Amino acid sequence: MTVKFDINTLQQDSLWAKSVLFVRSYPILPVVIVLTLVICGIFAPLVAPNHPLEGELENRQLPPVWLEGGSSQYLLGTDHIGRGILTRIIFGARISLTISVVVLIGGVALGTIAGLVAGYIGGILDEIVMRLVDFTFAMPFIVVALVASVVWGQSMTLMIILLVLFTWAPFARQVRAETLLLKSSDYVSLARVAGASGPRIAFRHILPGLVNTVMVLSSLQVGNLILTESVLSFLGIGLPPPAPTWGTMVSEGRQYVSTAWWLCFFPGFAIMLVVFSMNFFGDWLRDKLDPRLRQL
Amino acid sequence: MSRFIVRRFAAMILVMVLLTMIVFGLSHATGDPRYMYMSEYSTGSTSAEMWEAQGKRLGLDKPLHIQYGLWLGRSLKGDFGTSLTYNKNSIDVISEGLTGTLQLTSVSFVFAILLGVPLGVLSAVKRATFWDYLGRSFALIGQSAPPFWIAIVCIFVFAVYLGWLPTSRRGDWTHYVLPVITLGWMPASALLRLVRSSTLEVLDSEFVKLAKAKGVSNTTVIWKHAFRNSLIAPLTFTMVLLAGFLTGTVVTETVFAWPGLGRMAVRAALNMDFPLITALAMVFGLMFLFTSFIADVIYGLVDPRIRYDR
Repeated sequence: MTVKFDINTLQQDSLWAKSVLFVRSYPILPVVIVLTLVICGIFAPLVAPNHPLEGELENRQLPPVWLEGGSSQYLLGTDHIGRGILTRIIFGARISLTISVVVLIGGVALGTIAGLVAGYIGGILDEIVMRLVDFTFAMPFIVVALVASVVWGQSMTLMIILLVLFTWAPFARQVRAETLLLKSSDYVSLARVAGASGPRIAFRHILPGLVNTVMVLSSLQVGNLILTESVLSFLGIGLPPPAPTWGTMVSEGRQYVSTAWWLCFFPGFAIMLVVFSMNFFGDWLRDKLDPRLRQL
Repeated sequence: MSRFIVRRFAAMILVMVLLTMIVFGLSHATGDPRYMYMSEYSTGSTSAEMWEAQGKRLGLDKPLHIQYGLWLGRSLKGDFGTSLTYNKNSIDVISEGLTGTLQLTSVSFVFAILLGVPLGVLSAVKRATFWDYLGRSFALIGQSAPPFWIAIVCIFVFAVYLGWLPTSRRGDWTHYVLPVITLGWMPASALLRLVRSSTLEVLDSEFVKLAKAKGVSNTTVIWKHAFRNSLIAPLTFTMVLLAGFLTGTVVTETVFAWPGLGRMAVRAALNMDFPLITALAMVFGLMFLFTSFIADVIYGLVDPRIRYDR
């Protein structure tokens, strides 16, 4: 009896095996979570069941709907002044999303340009940029953030500026290293022989080669960014109080932890889910695009 | 090697100077510290002369760059100025808080290594089994969950619900458990992932295959051949971890009311205590620079393949 090995029958295995393979090879769950975040963030006023800032005091500290005394009006319960936790988490998604997107754009632009210039031009400029990178890494970020928030007051703008200053350095360092590699590659030398100008080589020939690195690094940095933002909010130096950021919600719920655990459990869980998704997605993207970056 | 050390040291000094300038500038923008002691308007108790005398005592009558120069000169001698809230020399205030922070950090550091390294090796050796998934889930949670949230969930479960452990402050060893988990989980996860990936890489290399082929036992291959060679990257990283404990200590000490530098920094900033906050920033920055400097040197000693003189 011969065993006939047919690749087609193997591939047309049960639907179950197929779906397992599919789930294993693509980050389905993380993408779903991030998409939910984006949709909730954009359509927050339509999706959220209650008002994010006005609470009803008679409904304060209601437990989640599945516990005794919960109300179907507030699916995840209410906080100490009767605002729906779910609503505030959804509006918090909006804040997290805005901050992440703006900071990432700013940090990536700043870091990439600095790294490209440092790597391509070299010399004293390279030295300056790299010392600034060292300085950014050595800067006690939380202490500086603390002082800055006291000096200039808490605001969205300050938060974004601080986080951009925190984000740009890894991009600059990585982009510089890649630029040095690409600069000595044959096609760049050929471009120079063909008479291309310096800026043209930098932006038309080297920059496209950096896209993968920047993409992977961005996806790996988003999680960090959201965590840092939540830490700042938790310490009370993020956005001013009525704003429903996740970190602030945990911090506000902290003193009620013995009587109403859901006040700080759900916002923190939301942070974890989102950061988890972004990290997972980042790992997947890195393995797909550029396995060399494993040490990042 | 020695050329590298000198170069690295010079860069470190440069960064340090930049750091002091930024933090000094920032803390000086906090406003006039005289308002902390006396009010300009209470004419009964404060006269213009007293106001000026106080300003002179704090050096506030000179231009900013002179104030910075004076401050730098003093701080090189270890005098960071009198803390406005403690009314003592800032460096003394810091050295009091330092013990708390060092105790917490060192225990958490050991915790992170003892947990991260063996779990990382286990995860790599038993790849795609239950142990691997356990290790990786541990790392995923540690890198995704915000530390303050881990702290609060732990407090709820172990202190409030089960009543096993105290919630805050210092005391016997039970007081260490929750803060150490909070502070150590994230670095342990990072270490685990790094050890796992480097062990996998080494296990896949030719010399390990050769050792296996000539019949060396599994334990010897893992611990003698693979483990030693996979330690290079994680070794450097542990120093980086140590430096990165700062963010963690601020959060952990705040949540657990642990008397240390992290909590002190939050208070100093909120109280606009600028001599103290500048000194703290210096100490934190110095600790970071020093550890990363040591890390680079160790890296060079451990792995002779690394060439510093380009």
